[in-house]
Amino acid sequence: MATEASAKKVAPRVEMPCQPPAERRHNFKEVALGYNGDMAATEASRCLQCKRPTCVRGCPVEVPIRDFIREVAAGNVERAYEIIRTANSLPAVCGRVCPQENQCEGKCILKAKGEAIAIGRLERFVADTHLAACAAAPDSCPSETSETQAKGRVACIGSGPASLTCAGICAAAGLEVDVYEALHESGGVLVYGIPAFRLPKDVVAAEIAGLRELGVRFHLNHVGGRTVDVADLRKDHDAVFIGVGAGLPIFLGVPGENLVGVFSANEYLTRINLGRGYDFPEHDTPPFPGRHVTVFGAGNVAMDAARTALRMGAESVHIVYRRTRAEMPARAEEIEHAAEEGVEFALLSAPLRFNGDEQLRLTSVTLQKMELGEPDASGRRRPVPVEGAVEDLETDLAIVALGTRSNPILLDATPDLARTERGYIEADPETGETSIPNVFAGGDIVTGAATVILAMGAGRKAAQEIVRRLGGK
Amino acid sequence: MPTPILRKERLIPGKTSKLVLHAPEIAAKARPGHFVMLRMSPEGERIPLTIADTDASRGEITIVYLVLGKSTALLEALEAGDSILDVCGPLGRPTKIEKVGTVICVGGGTGIAAMHHIAKGHARAGNHVVAVIGAREKSLLLFEKELMGFVNELVVCTDDGSYGRKGLVTEPLKERLEAGGVGEVVAVGPVPMMAAVAEVTRPFGVATTVSLNPIMVDGIGMCGACRVSVGGKTKFACVDGPEFDGHQVDFPELRRRLAAFREQEAESYDRYRKEQPHGN
Repeated sequence: MATEASAKKVAPRVEMPCQPPAERRHNFKEVALGYNGDMAATEASRCLQCKRPTCVRGCPVEVPIRDFIREVAAGNVERAYEIIRTANSLPAVCGRVCPQENQCEGKCILKAKGEAIAIGRLERFVADTHLAACAAAPDSCPSETSETQAKGRVACIGSGPASLTCAGICAAAGLEVDVYEALHESGGVLVYGIPAFRLPKDVVAAEIAGLRELGVRFHLNHVGGRTVDVADLRKDHDAVFIGVGAGLPIFLGVPGENLVGVFSANEYLTRINLGRGYDFPEHDTPPFPGRHVTVFGAGNVAMDAARTALRMGAESVHIVYRRTRAEMPARAEEIEHAAEEGVEFALLSAPLRFNGDEQLRLTSVTLQKMELGEPDASGRRRPVPVEGAVEDLETDLAIVALGTRSNPILLDATPDLARTERGYIEADPETGETSIPNVFAGGDIVTGAATVILAMGAGRKAAQEIVRRLGGK
Repeated sequence: MPTPILRKERLIPGKTSKLVLHAPEIAAKARPGHFVMLRMSPEGERIPLTIADTDASRGEITIVYLVLGKSTALLEALEAGDSILDVCGPLGRPTKIEKVGTVICVGGGTGIAAMHHIAKGHARAGNHVVAVIGAREKSLLLFEKELMGFVNELVVCTDDGSYGRKGLVTEPLKERLEAGGVGEVVAVGPVPMMAAVAEVTRPFGVATTVSLNPIMVDGIGMCGACRVSVGGKTKFACVDGPEFDGHQVDFPELRRRLAAFREQEAESYDRYRKEQPHGN
């Protein structure tokens, strides 16, 4: 296949227009503006149409990437959409938030010659074009019809990426699907976690509306393990899928962590995204104002929190991370966007304690400077404290973005569900089935915090098994 | 699906009402100590309220609230026949109810409503229930009649002496503890009251359960807003509580954390009141 690549000269990748940093750091509008039709066609025409495409192997839901890109290059965007939807129920979401550089694009043969084809941007273009056409003329976008013969009822607990994917595939196969969501809005992390400047809420709503059109019923304010439990759902459903996410935030465990002004990223982002805190007081959920903001962690959630704090009017925002920029787990694009907007990086630093005033309000954080020592079990050089190198950083809002662990609510209510040593649900890697027959699980509650697309991949595997068992193809 | 309000009883006009809601799925699962998260409008915030009573056979739950800000004012503006946009629950861990002999249930202000549900559980478990309830003045006293229906002893206190004993609930509590034979004390009410109750019971070594009301956002363990220090450890009130050992709770921290959004809450409430045609 290297010959395929070398046969042509590789044109540069088509850049995607963005809001200028100075402007976007003051608003919640989407940062990346998307391709127009010409850009998309030009980018799509860079695709080599490999006979054995490697990109698909990098995609957890196995989108027929080559085929949809061929249609984009030919100008058949609606056909491209149909092709993507055979594998992916949420293409507008994935086109925006998937770590493409490590997945499909990471496996693209063009990468060796320079720049991979912009698969994510093309996917986003196709989905946005479809959604815009549907919004303009709803009747011209009929919902998909069942091609298989599956019969039965499926319950999905949670409405994040794993459950939505499972629900979409089951419904398209003709099954009756009920989705139970604990919050008042569907979408899970897509709604409460990822900020609108990276994933507009109307994009999520439009893709969920597509699932409703397929017949999926959404039951909001239903907490899995409280309002409904697995035992109840098994009585009137043929299969149950658990996609409740991980949830429970991890804190640093340093003194002063309960001072007023120290937040989990989950709380900070939920107030602003789900509660529309950026629109306070038009919306009632108050955001916490911070002049000097410090974010702990360096994943995508940390970047989201830091960039959100800038948009909420912070004068300074620091990301505190105990390693160096090279080890940051966030997507390269998110780190770049954050830096462009003015987020500062306090690298090789670790918090020792939070300091507050007599009102127990946060005033500063004491940081220990670190240096990189010998490699640890993960192969990365372990950060070790530099003796005596301690400094205080003024801060009135600290956001802890260190990840999550398994939420106990559903697990405690389902004692016969086998769990891993780390407290997540044990599920068959091929089918997602748990220790309870016909009860499946996938996403963060099985793997621990991961990505949207990996959760979708798990939802898809379980759905395919459910459809097969219930008589479909 | 919005949750219909079946009945509304104005307990303290404009300030506190009792709402009976048609919520069969919640009623079927709710136990004493559980709470719900509510949202009143599409722009509204989610707020926690303890479930004050349930009737599973009729699919009903009861909530009681004190109007403190915009969200509770929006709730007070609803009438029987209206619906609450979102009611989510039951949440939290139910009260641990064991047969311990004599249980003193102390309630203050709106907390009496939640305390009443817990006291009922203790009465059903066969405990001898002593209820000690207090309010600033007679007109602010809640649930006296309901408690009389099942408690073994009832002591009423008012700050101004307008009804029952003059003074704080801690005085009769102390006297009752001195009389001996008390297995457990439960306290639900304002933070200073719960803190004071814990101090009164501490020297007697009597187990003391308090029901905490920290700020919550989701109520399902995701945000950590409701973290409280109990025995030097951080707990999430929504999944580990809301009831904790009163002798272990860091009450000053809880009070400060409850005030974290005071300015924004005041701004919201002022704005709401100005928008009302008749003032409030």
